[in-house]
Amino acid sequence: MSLDRKVAIVDLTTGKIDIKAIPLAVRKQFLGGRGLAAYLLYKYSKPGCDPLGPDNAVIFSAGILGGMLASASARTDVMTKNPLTGLLGSGNFGGFFAPELRYAGFDHIVAIGKSPKPVYIWVHDGEVEIKDAKNLWGKSVTEAQWAVREELGDPDVKCAVCGPAGEKLVRYANVMSGIKNANGRGGGGCTMGSKNLKMVAARGTMDIKIAYPREALEFDKRFIYQITSAKVNQTMGALGTPFIWGATNSWGGIRTNNFQFNQLLNADAIEPEEIDEWSKESMGSEYNMAACFGCQVHCRAKYKIPDTPLARKYGLVGKYDEGPEYTSQGAFNGEPGCPNLDTLLMGNHLVDQYGVDNLEIGSTISWAMELYEAGILTSKDTDGLDLRFGNDDAVIAMVHHICKRDTYLGNLLAEGGIRASEKIGKDSFKYLIHMKGMQNLHSDERATPALALNLALASRGSDHLRSRPAIDLYHLPVDVMRRIYSSPVAYDGPLSSDHTEYIGKPWQVVWHENCYMGVDCLGICKYHTTFLGATLPNFEDWAKVLHYNVGLDMSAKDIWDVAERANMVERLFNIREGMKKDDPFKGEILAERYFTEPCKRGAPDVIGKLIDKTKFLEMRALFYKYKGLDENGVPTPESLKKYGLENLDKEPSRI
Amino acid sequence: MEAKALMINHEKCTGCRRCELVCSVYHENVANPSKARIKVEKWEWEGLYIPMSCKQCVDAPCMNVCPVKAISRDDAQGLVSVDNDICIGCRSCVAVCPFGAMNFNPAIKKVFKCDLCDGDPQCVRFCDMKAVDFVDVRKESLSKKRDAAFKISEAKKLGATIQYEG
Repeated sequence: MSLDRKVAIVDLTTGKIDIKAIPLAVRKQFLGGRGLAAYLLYKYSKPGCDPLGPDNAVIFSAGILGGMLASASARTDVMTKNPLTGLLGSGNFGGFFAPELRYAGFDHIVAIGKSPKPVYIWVHDGEVEIKDAKNLWGKSVTEAQWAVREELGDPDVKCAVCGPAGEKLVRYANVMSGIKNANGRGGGGCTMGSKNLKMVAARGTMDIKIAYPREALEFDKRFIYQITSAKVNQTMGALGTPFIWGATNSWGGIRTNNFQFNQLLNADAIEPEEIDEWSKESMGSEYNMAACFGCQVHCRAKYKIPDTPLARKYGLVGKYDEGPEYTSQGAFNGEPGCPNLDTLLMGNHLVDQYGVDNLEIGSTISWAMELYEAGILTSKDTDGLDLRFGNDDAVIAMVHHICKRDTYLGNLLAEGGIRASEKIGKDSFKYLIHMKGMQNLHSDERATPALALNLALASRGSDHLRSRPAIDLYHLPVDVMRRIYSSPVAYDGPLSSDHTEYIGKPWQVVWHENCYMGVDCLGICKYHTTFLGATLPNFEDWAKVLHYNVGLDMSAKDIWDVAERANMVERLFNIREGMKKDDPFKGEILAERYFTEPCKRGAPDVIGKLIDKTKFLEMRALFYKYKGLDENGVPTPESLKKYGLENLDKEPSRI
Repeated sequence: MEAKALMINHEKCTGCRRCELVCSVYHENVANPSKARIKVEKWEWEGLYIPMSCKQCVDAPCMNVCPVKAISRDDAQGLVSVDNDICIGCRSCVAVCPFGAMNFNPAIKKVFKCDLCDGDPQCVRFCDMKAVDFVDVRKESLSKKRDAAFKISEAKKLGATIQYEG
């Protein structure tokens, strides 16, 4: 059954491998995926450790429904102390790794210590081995995966890989899987690199017993229909996430030229329909979408890089990849001010092959561009590279330089914005659009206080996938909002349909924080919950999925409590590692420019908007109150007790 | 009963492998693609995914090679079946199947293959793309004719344009 999957603690220093069961009581507290990863990271990383040292841990964590009958039950969470921020590092990827890990008998692989030479972890049918990776080290993300399949003689091996950027200890290197499934934002690739761990390879043929097979099949059919009948997912299935970018840019919610503007002009070439047309043309088929395990939304387009002068210069003509996601449009088009399709498709391909976070590298390059135009960086710093906004060639060049660390500036930016700003000095830090030391994605939240609050509170640093109330932009009637936000726990406070308002937003952020933690514990994709569509499944539906598949009977409120508890553990980890609410580097506060620079472009409800600092701080205080935290954002003793976390520091690991 | 067959259009396949998942749950009550009767073969580096399953051959090599006549074909249903009570587990059928559609389960020491789920193939039911479809064998080529004709019509349009401009 699903609950018999194990945890393997792999000490890369000594080569010792400990295989442990997961007690049912711990399961009920954290389920799996991101929730259990948070617990394991808390227990298996040493407080205050150097993220790049042997005392950090990296946790590969499949959702409790991974590989089972729940739409897109494909997600793996990778958690570590983030080398970029020194706080919680967590990324979540789809594809096929989580199901394979579970078919191989494991839910979680915890890597600690540091190997003296490059190795990989080989997980297969109940066994875990540490194997020599000398033939894999130095290889790109995909080359390494095809090579390990060759070596193991099995084309169905699935991998979680550290790419060349991770080997070079780029602080925002990703763990990658398949062609483009990216464990972004967590720095896990960098931690793997520091441990000389090239990959976790998994292959399994073990049964996962379904508790009520016939009922699970029937329920899943309805569950899928609920997901695929939503217009937002049909659009996603046709155009991928670029449809979000298209809609957001026309409205005025895209960071442009770092943070100077909020809309990219002359961007027709990268409209979602244009990307779709090129995808179909380059693949020679109208069926151009690929999917993660078990998913009927299929949001990844396939494409080949077009023949353009820039693609020829970098030897990338005709290279195959998937995506691009809207985050790559932000990273390679909006933020650096380059509205060209080839730049987007090349940038997207390079980050997939190097294994580096597209959001962070795009934001970092764009930040450097603004510094260059402000005269804070000079051509001496850039080795003569003309780093002005709109220089596509410079953007692609910088991706290479950062991932290879082969120029002064590339090496500097590979350390991330805050460390680089300490070296660069002057006013450089003030230009950095970061929260908790991580740069923001490409979206601009100055017109949307709810979304801005999410950024500041996201446990892994500036990010949209921890608690963004995206449906706040839909102007839902208040009674519809009331129905969503009053379940599974009561809420009778204010709610507002106006996305420019501050009122009622803190509760929305609380609700979505638990919703996204819930879906991450189960290992289901976020597009299959109340993220972009108001009618999509959440707590009540998950209780049924859990029942039919796992045979674990938990109510919607029980799952809410799991999410609340797991979010609290993430918060406790951050506090343990130095988070303080108003700290400019590690705090829960927006970058100052959100409070001082109004939006210059966009629709009437956007133009001129900025975030009111006083109201923002009031929203944050309310969020703390709703979450059972004190005025500093620290869980109160009563809250710790309520969620059974009062002995988290004292007790030995329960796994 | 008119014979229907699985029709696979790999071009439509998104590679999600839901067919493998539901197949294993339906037949074995477990999630385990290695026990599925269908499998998506992939060339990930070019985005090519091809679902492979039993073709229910008329002159089936598995049936012909079986030394104990455990395999038979029901022409009305268009279904090749294995009688597990007769099967001796020699795996000759696995060896000769040109499509790799016959599989061996070492736990029970028997072979297994697609049985079309008693006329309601779950792989088809759960494939929204209908990359795997269940169609009347007499109509299998109709949609292909239409697709091919469409390509010719597009080519003619293009040809006409060139002629006009010339």
